[in-house]
Amino acid sequence: MTNREIILGRIREALKAPAPHPAFLELGRADLPVGLDARQRVPATAQKWLPPVGQATAEQIDLFRQNAEALKAEFRACANVNEAIQHAKNLAAAGGWKKIGRHRGELTDSVARELGLVEVQTDQGYAVDDLEGCDAGLTECETLVAQTGSVLVSAPGSGGRALSILPPHHVVLARRNQMVPDLSAALQRVQEKFKGKFPSFMSFISGPSRTGDIERILVLGAHGPKKLTILLLP
Amino acid sequence: MNAHAKEFNESARRYTADLHHRDWIQKALSGYYAKRDEFKNRFQSWSGARDLAAETKWEAINHLDRYLDEFVSKLEARGTKVFWAPDAQAARDYIVGVAKQHQVRAVIKSKSMTAEEIHLNDALAQAGFEVAESDLGEYIVQLREEPPYHLVFPAMHLTRQQISDLFHDKLGSEPTNNPEDLTMVARRVMRRKYCKAEMGISGANFAIAETGMISITENEGNARLTTSLPKIHVALVGIEKVLPRLSDLALFLPMLATAGAGQSITCYNTLYGGPRQPGEPDGPEEFHVVLLDNRRTELLADAEQRDALHCIRCGACLNVCPIFKNVGGHSYGTTYQGPIGSVITPHLRGLQDWKHLSQASSLCGACTEACPVKINLHHHLLHNRRNAVRARPALLEKLIQFGFARMMCHPALYQFASRVGRLAQPLQRWLGGTILDPVRAWTKTRSFPPLAKRSFHELWRERKVS
Repeated sequence: MTNREIILGRIREALKAPAPHPAFLELGRADLPVGLDARQRVPATAQKWLPPVGQATAEQIDLFRQNAEALKAEFRACANVNEAIQHAKNLAAAGGWKKIGRHRGELTDSVARELGLVEVQTDQGYAVDDLEGCDAGLTECETLVAQTGSVLVSAPGSGGRALSILPPHHVVLARRNQMVPDLSAALQRVQEKFKGKFPSFMSFISGPSRTGDIERILVLGAHGPKKLTILLLP
Repeated sequence: MNAHAKEFNESARRYTADLHHRDWIQKALSGYYAKRDEFKNRFQSWSGARDLAAETKWEAINHLDRYLDEFVSKLEARGTKVFWAPDAQAARDYIVGVAKQHQVRAVIKSKSMTAEEIHLNDALAQAGFEVAESDLGEYIVQLREEPPYHLVFPAMHLTRQQISDLFHDKLGSEPTNNPEDLTMVARRVMRRKYCKAEMGISGANFAIAETGMISITENEGNARLTTSLPKIHVALVGIEKVLPRLSDLALFLPMLATAGAGQSITCYNTLYGGPRQPGEPDGPEEFHVVLLDNRRTELLADAEQRDALHCIRCGACLNVCPIFKNVGGHSYGTTYQGPIGSVITPHLRGLQDWKHLSQASSLCGACTEACPVKINLHHHLLHNRRNAVRARPALLEKLIQFGFARMMCHPALYQFASRVGRLAQPLQRWLGGTILDPVRAWTKTRSFPPLAKRSFHELWRERKVS
């Protein structure tokens, strides 16, 4: 017998004794839409109970701003690409950037070109020490999540796994139509986009890296970026 | 009393008398309470979310064979190597084997309670591999050579002064009173290790059956670096971590953050579905998932306590537990502390050896109330007590209960006993708590209320106007 058969055998044996369903333990559970397929039922029901999100994009952008700022991220809605470039230039000057890491992309290309700094492009692979020596990482993303103030990055869409975690300042460039109301919608969007051929890596980033391990006091930049900036373009 | 129970009692007594410790833990948790409540209140309905989370985990655990099968076949389809480990030894051997096969020199590890459970670091160290814990709290307790104090906050028992002294001793850093400076010391040490390590080991918070992915929740980014740079990634995953659908994360990620750490969402929630895929610039060449049973299936076979496998290891039950806050995390002597540890350790490591943990409870039910997946924790402590006595009856206790029942059913016996009690009680002053005291276990730390000079029964008879 293989280990797999041993463990699955133990599980099947154990499950012969049924455990009561939790919905049966509670009175007043008529609110559960049991008619739906479980796959639709869970996200539909979760939405009723998770923190509320407005329908309009403007409301969602506002909520995203509040949440991101509460998480100590910087958020800026830019009127056009020039405004984003100008802001990135300000960040570069303030942070004394000499070298940035980035991946190829419509938004990253147009901003990085104007910055005119030494670049490490991750698309075709890179030396770890080289990327580690960058002052900032410039990426695009899959979606922005209003409900939590999170940025969803993926390996193909954001220059791999390390670009958004290794440099001390992560700058995200996103489009307005990438704003989604909640985590359900974000997950649904990547499911539709990748159609089962998922990347090996996707991450919801909510604010800069942090820790509270010393006396429960918040410190930013534990191992990842100390700063996170999100620039929203039309 | 067995050795584990004796150690627990001694340690618990010492910690309970340590008022500094108690104040410290209370202070460390006060910020958590405020934040947890703030973010709970943002939910349209926290109780509705708990119901749904409980139901979702119920579905996963009660169809575990099906979901595990789906999880594994999806993972394997994209080049992940899956190892089924029936016990801790098999898991350790496999992981040590991977390290040997690739002749790795340095191993970096992100936080994993499952790895603590199987003592993975010891096994790797014995085989000659240096393992660095990258989570700040875990790194601190690793340097102190002690187990984590709390399953989510490993170093919550330490002051910044203690940590500064530790870093000064072990790393030669300048003493400092500033948590940020201390964090940066660890950051600098770890940066070098990430870039050098050939193997990264992580745990997992959730295993998504629908898409064949693991989900890792963290704040520091250490797990992301651990799984990005080394050429091998090994994830150790308990079989109970399964969730049926990707969309379930929309519920579980915010709930884990709120219940576990008083956050709206944790900083990084990352999904891993394989080794580096074609067209991706980086990531490990090999991704191994080690699925661990290690007697979880024995708990699964207990339908009454099966919901203990719903646990998402948020630590909320520890944070509200009056026992945990008094005896401290190290007294338990277990991988998993607090109420959930007291419930599951007897299943994972033997009922008779660990039944004493189920006695250490005020049965207040705060844990059950706090649990985001509605595990019936305080009732399970009672179930453990009952099962322990059933398996090994305590004869003396049985006799006492029998005598008590007889006495309560027979008025003459009751009257006789209360008269004897009234006569004997003045002796308490001299004998109380000593070896001659038949109820010394009780009176050692409690005073017995004085019995009335005359019983209600006697007064009634006297004053009744016939």
